[in-house]
Amino acid sequence: MGRTISVEVVYRGIFQKTLAKNICRGVVLAAHKEGKVGIAFGRYGDSPERNGIPAKNFAIVAPNEEELQLSMAQYEPQETDITIAVDDMLCKGVESWAWYGLQPINEKVRENATLIVTSTLPAEEIVKLSHTKPTAYQLAVIPGIPSFSGLWVYKDDHTDVRILGALPKVCPDLVTLDAMLTAIKEEWKDDLKVTSARRSYEQTGTRVVPPGEGNPEVPFKFDLPGWTKMREGVTIEGIKLGEPIKFGDQIGGYRPARNPYFKKYTTRTMRPVIDFDKCIKCTLCWLQCPDSCFDVTPDQTYDLNAEACCGCGVCEAVCPVDDCVTMVNEASFTDNKSQWEMYKTDKPAYAAWVKEKITTRPERSHGFRYRGQYQQQVAKMGASANKGEQVGADPGGHEEMGVGAEGGEE
Amino acid sequence: MNAETATAVRVAAAEQEALISGSEAVAVATRLADVDVLTAYPIRPYDTLMQYVAKQIANGEQDAEYIVAESEHSQFEIAKHASAVGARAICGSSGVGWCYAFEAIAVTPALRLPLLAMVGNRALDDPGAFGTEHNDALAARDLGWMHVWVDTAQEALDTTLIAYRVAEDRRVFLPCAISTDGAFLTHSQSLVKIPPKAWVDAFLPRYNRGDLRFHPDNPITIAPQVNEDWLMEIRRQTDQAMRNARGVIEEAYGDFRRIFSRGEGNPFFEEYRTEDAEIVLLGMGTLSMPVKVVVRKLREQGQKVGFVRIRWFRPFDHDRLGALLARFAAIGVIDRDFSMGSPFNSGVLANEVRATLYAQDRRPPVVSFIAGLGGREVTIPAVKEMIEHTRKAAETGRPPRDTLWIGVRE
Repeated sequence: MGRTISVEVVYRGIFQKTLAKNICRGVVLAAHKEGKVGIAFGRYGDSPERNGIPAKNFAIVAPNEEELQLSMAQYEPQETDITIAVDDMLCKGVESWAWYGLQPINEKVRENATLIVTSTLPAEEIVKLSHTKPTAYQLAVIPGIPSFSGLWVYKDDHTDVRILGALPKVCPDLVTLDAMLTAIKEEWKDDLKVTSARRSYEQTGTRVVPPGEGNPEVPFKFDLPGWTKMREGVTIEGIKLGEPIKFGDQIGGYRPARNPYFKKYTTRTMRPVIDFDKCIKCTLCWLQCPDSCFDVTPDQTYDLNAEACCGCGVCEAVCPVDDCVTMVNEASFTDNKSQWEMYKTDKPAYAAWVKEKITTRPERSHGFRYRGQYQQQVAKMGASANKGEQVGADPGGHEEMGVGAEGGEE
Repeated sequence: MNAETATAVRVAAAEQEALISGSEAVAVATRLADVDVLTAYPIRPYDTLMQYVAKQIANGEQDAEYIVAESEHSQFEIAKHASAVGARAICGSSGVGWCYAFEAIAVTPALRLPLLAMVGNRALDDPGAFGTEHNDALAARDLGWMHVWVDTAQEALDTTLIAYRVAEDRRVFLPCAISTDGAFLTHSQSLVKIPPKAWVDAFLPRYNRGDLRFHPDNPITIAPQVNEDWLMEIRRQTDQAMRNARGVIEEAYGDFRRIFSRGEGNPFFEEYRTEDAEIVLLGMGTLSMPVKVVVRKLREQGQKVGFVRIRWFRPFDHDRLGALLARFAAIGVIDRDFSMGSPFNSGVLANEVRATLYAQDRRPPVVSFIAGLGGREVTIPAVKEMIEHTRKAAETGRPPRDTLWIGVRE
């Protein structure tokens, strides 16, 4: 009669809320077609969600109610049979806004189980980003950009059903393809979505990640004190005052002290690149940054502290100067070095670096920049769904899907 | 209801299934019960109820006055007044939101207003915490509110219908709080059977306030100043209503079973594998899940263990619970609440159980546990630990005098 199977979806808060929910509901509804029972739930501590901050949803499927009880009244399963990252940058680690520390993307994946990532990167790059594991696991890449939308709008680019279609392939014990397609048809009443799911089933393959391959860094954890050691009165130490910045002969500006327990850099999906020559010192990025990421330089410009930035994009939105603060795909950075120090060290080299970084605007964005971008992205996702195939029907069905979508554009 | 109607009702329609959470199940019940007025003020995890009712109204599935108040205090006052004019009303809250409504909560029973409130159980913060803890609902345990705890989404739906039936019975006319554990029930979706409206109509008569209806056609004054001349008699009336509720609850479950073909057993508490049990644990809400898993595992090893889950906490079924508990060798009471400075530093439930047993000729040892505060998971090892303590008490006949905190870091 089968065993209990746990599916985890790691996603960006708000932007992928509906996507994650759709995937988990789809799993439970499909399994129900085969007489199995299940629950779908979000990790409670991740909610209320914050824009872009990593969060988790789960679907647990069991052969009967009694087996299912073992997985109820829990925040997360101990291990998963499938973990799904719907943004490849989550492979750098999952740090939710609650105090869970940094979880490797593959932390819950049990031996020989599967990690599914939606990405345009090759599998090798994704393995490099992900932390090492003592046991082997499978990696499946579903080609595509991260599907981001908002609280009130859902970008129907078929990412949900493409992932659902891949599940019977990577974990046949979960559910059959037929049951999955029937559930998709019932839930969305859309033949194109069924077609996308079937194609994904046919195209998805896995690569083995052997023990020890990947990012060797040890993820940070918090100390959890006992009640006899904890300070009384629900008090913790306040954040200290900051200090001036020293660089070469220059001393000045201000670097605030930051909460050492929050290192949000680990899981951002974009980061701002700053063109210091264009800065008019208006202070807006520094004022509006919700995480106090900006250090005031001795030049009175504002330098990104890349260890504190979660990549929300507010700085870019409020900056009044064109191309002064530009959000760039996090995949194109390998360290958290100070941009201002790079600029001070070699200005022409820095100018070239900025130009190179901002030439390609990120495919990922928090919302949409211009009218029509939604349709463009949906068409692109349709193209990756059908790569190498003769296209019969409209691949992403983007014309119909565009209709309701304009409302979500900014 | 006569036999003819019963047959007509049974054939009316089959039940539909939906993948919904515990609070969404309560929302569906408000639709089936054709609730007239919902008053809302958001707080996690209760807000999942108001959100789903809003969705049902927006989708044209439900017709109700939806009033968003400016605070919980007003929210409960408005529901109170709606109930006084003869409207079927529901409100609800969580944690300190429930506490903020306390003035309205305290006076509702004496006015004999049968409104319902869903309590999404939540820790009383500060410190900020969303997890389940039963002290919010229990703060109102002595005031004349009926209190019922549920442990599945199905039970949440069914109990909401039953609670209206009981509360709106002229012999009762008392408000009822339905406690649903935050996260584990309010934020977890499972497959729920949704009965056809015809069954609900046959089960739940219209709310008829009769001569107590506040209406120009029935001029009355509610809540005049009374002082010592009247108050004791008014309290005794409320007390009588609560006593009456015991019989009315029995009747309601009897009819519910006939029409819906579920809800077997004693309405007041669920007995799980108690038939020949020597050791039992006792608790309320979703901690039933891990406890039942452990009970099954230990039963497989031949250990005679069981579980009693209190459903109706007010009114308390002291006669049958006392008779049942007197049979066992020892009882371990799990409180997901605290009562600082109470006898033996116990939680609320442990001392209720001790008081109940005092009337029995045979009084087995009671071990008092506090576990799962702030929503901490009650784990399988924690349940085993509690069973071991209880077994020791059975063997020695001497339980630990003081309460044991399970799963707290020293």
